Amino acid sequence: MKKALLVVWLMTLAAALAAAQGGTVLLNAAGATFPYPIYSKWFDVYHTAHPNIQINYQSIGSGGGIRQLQAGTVDFGASDGPMTDEQLAQSKFKILHFPTVLGAVVPTYNLAGVTGDLNFTQKALAGIYLGSITQWNDPEIAQANPGVNLPKDGIVVIHRSDGSGTSYIWTDFLAKVSDEWKNKVGKAATSVNWPTGLGGKGNEGVTGLVKQTPNSIGYIELIYAVQNNIPYGKVQNAAGKFVKADLAGVTAAAAADAKGIPDDFRVSITNAPGPKVYPISSFTWLLIPAQIQDAAKRDAIKGFLKWMLTDGQKFNEGLTYAQLPKEVIARETKAISLIQ
Amino acid sequence: MIALRMFWRKSLNYVMLTLTGVAAFAVVSVLFLILGYLLWNGGTSLSWNFFTQLPKPVGETGGGMANAIVGSLKLLFLAAVMGLPVGLLAGVYLAEFGGKTFSFVVRYTTDLLNGVPSIVIGIFAYSLVVLPVKHFSALAGGVALGIMVIPITVRSTEEFLRAVPGNMREAAMALGASRWKTIATVVLPAASGGILTGMLLALARVAGETAPLLFTAFGNRFWSQGWGQPIASLPVMIYTYAVAPYDDWHRQAWAAGLVLLGLVLLSNLGARFILARSKAV
Amino acid sequence: MSAAATTLAHEVPPQAGPRAFLHRLRQGDEIAHLLTLTFAAVILLLTSLLVYELWVNSHLSRTQFGWAFFWTKVWDPNFDNFGAAPFIYGTLVTSAVALVLAVPLGLASAIFLSELAPRKISDIISFLIDLLAAVPSVIYGLLGIFIVVPLMRTTVGPLLINTVGNLPYIGVLFRGPNYGVGFLTAGIVLAIMVVPFIISVSREVLLTVPREQREAAMALGATRWESTWQVVVPWARTGIMGSVFLALARALGETMAVTMVIGNAAAIKASLLAPGDTIASTIANQFTEATGDLYLSSLIELGLVLFLITFILNGLARILIVATERGGGRPA
Repeated sequence: MKKALLVVWLMTLAAALAAAQGGTVLLNAAGATFPYPIYSKWFDVYHTAHPNIQINYQSIGSGGGIRQLQAGTVDFGASDGPMTDEQLAQSKFKILHFPTVLGAVVPTYNLAGVTGDLNFTQKALAGIYLGSITQWNDPEIAQANPGVNLPKDGIVVIHRSDGSGTSYIWTDFLAKVSDEWKNKVGKAATSVNWPTGLGGKGNEGVTGLVKQTPNSIGYIELIYAVQNNIPYGKVQNAAGKFVKADLAGVTAAAAADAKGIPDDFRVSITNAPGPKVYPISSFTWLLIPAQIQDAAKRDAIKGFLKWMLTDGQKFNEGLTYAQLPKEVIARETKAISLIQ
Repeated sequence: MIALRMFWRKSLNYVMLTLTGVAAFAVVSVLFLILGYLLWNGGTSLSWNFFTQLPKPVGETGGGMANAIVGSLKLLFLAAVMGLPVGLLAGVYLAEFGGKTFSFVVRYTTDLLNGVPSIVIGIFAYSLVVLPVKHFSALAGGVALGIMVIPITVRSTEEFLRAVPGNMREAAMALGASRWKTIATVVLPAASGGILTGMLLALARVAGETAPLLFTAFGNRFWSQGWGQPIASLPVMIYTYAVAPYDDWHRQAWAAGLVLLGLVLLSNLGARFILARSKAV
Repeated sequence: MSAAATTLAHEVPPQAGPRAFLHRLRQGDEIAHLLTLTFAAVILLLTSLLVYELWVNSHLSRTQFGWAFFWTKVWDPNFDNFGAAPFIYGTLVTSAVALVLAVPLGLASAIFLSELAPRKISDIISFLIDLLAAVPSVIYGLLGIFIVVPLMRTTVGPLLINTVGNLPYIGVLFRGPNYGVGFLTAGIVLAIMVVPFIISVSREVLLTVPREQREAAMALGATRWESTWQVVVPWARTGIMGSVFLALARALGETMAVTMVIGNAAAIKASLLAPGDTIASTIANQFTEATGDLYLSSLIELGLVLFLITFILNGLARILIVATERGGGRPA
């Protein structure tokens, strides 16, 4: 027994020594799960180009990212929802927001016999999730879908069980389009008291539940729908048009009011005006401290941000994320100099 | 009348014994179903790359979980070093030396500790080991897992020490051995099979825990140096990959589950082998 | 062996007083006693520290909600109104279902493996069952979603509704809409997760029962079953109860697997087929995303509540043991 322990100890020691390199800049980051695929791609590509820079990103959730950043245990964070004024006020140091990619949330459903895309009005989505619209053949849904044979069956509503940025975007949209939602359930949040429905864990959980449960409806990230070939419906935007989510519609949402985006980039682009806009879109942000003591880390982060805004964006579409509009990229590039 | 009663007893005997067989069969088939499912889904995704490569981002094939495998081993090692001695010696205390009230309190507390959700233990380890130094570390993960290892170890150590017949102890003492020598050279070896089972069970359980590691060991896409850096582990990788949208990552998650089981299997076999060897002496 | 290290039979050590203490010290017994005592105390220290941390970090919500936290049915992060009632209910219900399923199955299997099965087969099967304990709960959750949930929704659920659901009183447990996820599904998944603990430990304990006990019973004319159930099992009773404690503890604290199959609705429903939520699942789901001090504090208070539940349940179980101890068993 002693010999075995000694051998194990020696092996781990050897591994540790062998792997130790000098001059490596190690950055730890935590936050949102939604952009994890693209972030892992970016950090990997950047590492290959700059072998001495290792950026270790773990997707523990937007809230977790914010908390760990404030606790000082990570070098930067990531969040699907911008930090609120209270959170920023509570923070011991200044935090800058940098949008990275755009994403969309789509309504997916499981209705036997319905093969085409369903149209959902804003009222319909709000009503379904409030629990006031309970049957598929409700006039609100039927009127938007002439010719579609909607069953009388009850709607099984599916939402997220875990707190998530996806829920944030979804509830942000619902709060904007329905006063009843805003009063009853509240403003955009990663976790709310859902009036009705079942919860699935993660996008995967929601997808799984919807696939399995007849007459169900759920909301998931666009990536999931595309990657898993799941049917999803069209959503009515602020201009009244029914738009099926795609990358162009999402970028249009961001570009719709590009000049109106505040300097700190904390903005909600759900329900943006414009006929081609997909209304349930959102930025996702990197949260960077305004002051970084360690020069090597500071340069690494600034270098990465510059790369992300130029070469990095080329990887977005391949992974079903939308690119940032040019105006936003230009403003962000200027904002990088704010990191001291 | 007696004949009727005999008939009743005999049939009861037959029925109940068959029922136990049915129960065991049911459990074993569920077990084989799970293992089979894992083998099927995970086995097809195993490859040399899996064991040697670092994780690659989605869309690129050839990624692996080499760092997570080593990470899990390191974390289990830490958990064993920190938790098993505590469990073992506390179990010895309860079985051999304990006073009535104090033992009761310790046993009760141990059961309480066992029932704490793993994420709460993770939060606890976070505030103890991560916050003061402001970074995640393998050590913190080891502390969290070590705490979880203790209750099962204590319970089984105490149970199997008690099961050693009193006459063995008395014989040793009659030969002049002191209390601690009796325990160390006679009682413990006699109970070692059961105690080892308990220890392995405890380690097996923590090997698959995800929640306590999220805020302590954190996770790492790269190799982790030493004990003070964030470190990858198989359960966290499984968790991250299983809820991702990509089929390739799902397959890797299953493969990781299979590898985790394989690791536990190997350590089980290894420990039992070493025990058998030392006993044979 | 040196003469100094052994105590010869005619050298009776002094009984009390400082010389006795020194003698025991030299013998190493006192050190052993102190050493093991220290480690036992470490457990107390750790647990107290844990409770202290939970207490301190839940200060905000405790002062805000007071005792109402226990019976408030609402959990609303947006409006900062938090209550633990639905989760307490969910925790108790799922754990009860898990134990009701796992204990008979586990004990019966353990009896089979220790008494009836040939030793070699028993060893191999037991070894494999131990492996089940290592399966990560995430994988149990996935298996639950892929296998158990559809089964519940298409087959078992409707079956239960149509048969037991029509009975008076007990039928209320099996009525209402059936989604496949819910208390019963979570209980079943939990049962599968905790049964290895029961089998593993119970089997080992049953194996330690001295052969003479069985033989004595048989010599008195008992059937195999009677000897097992009335002699062997009671002899191993404390060990078996210990394994049930392990199982209960695991069931109460299980997070990942439960959260994937319970439906996550913060509601109290009579039907076992309805979706619900447990304390551990809620904490695990929301802790990583939670921002806002009251929110975090409430989640930590949930952890404290679970601790309290574990405390009470353990107490009740121990009273049960003491009450049944009168019926004989291995002398302590």
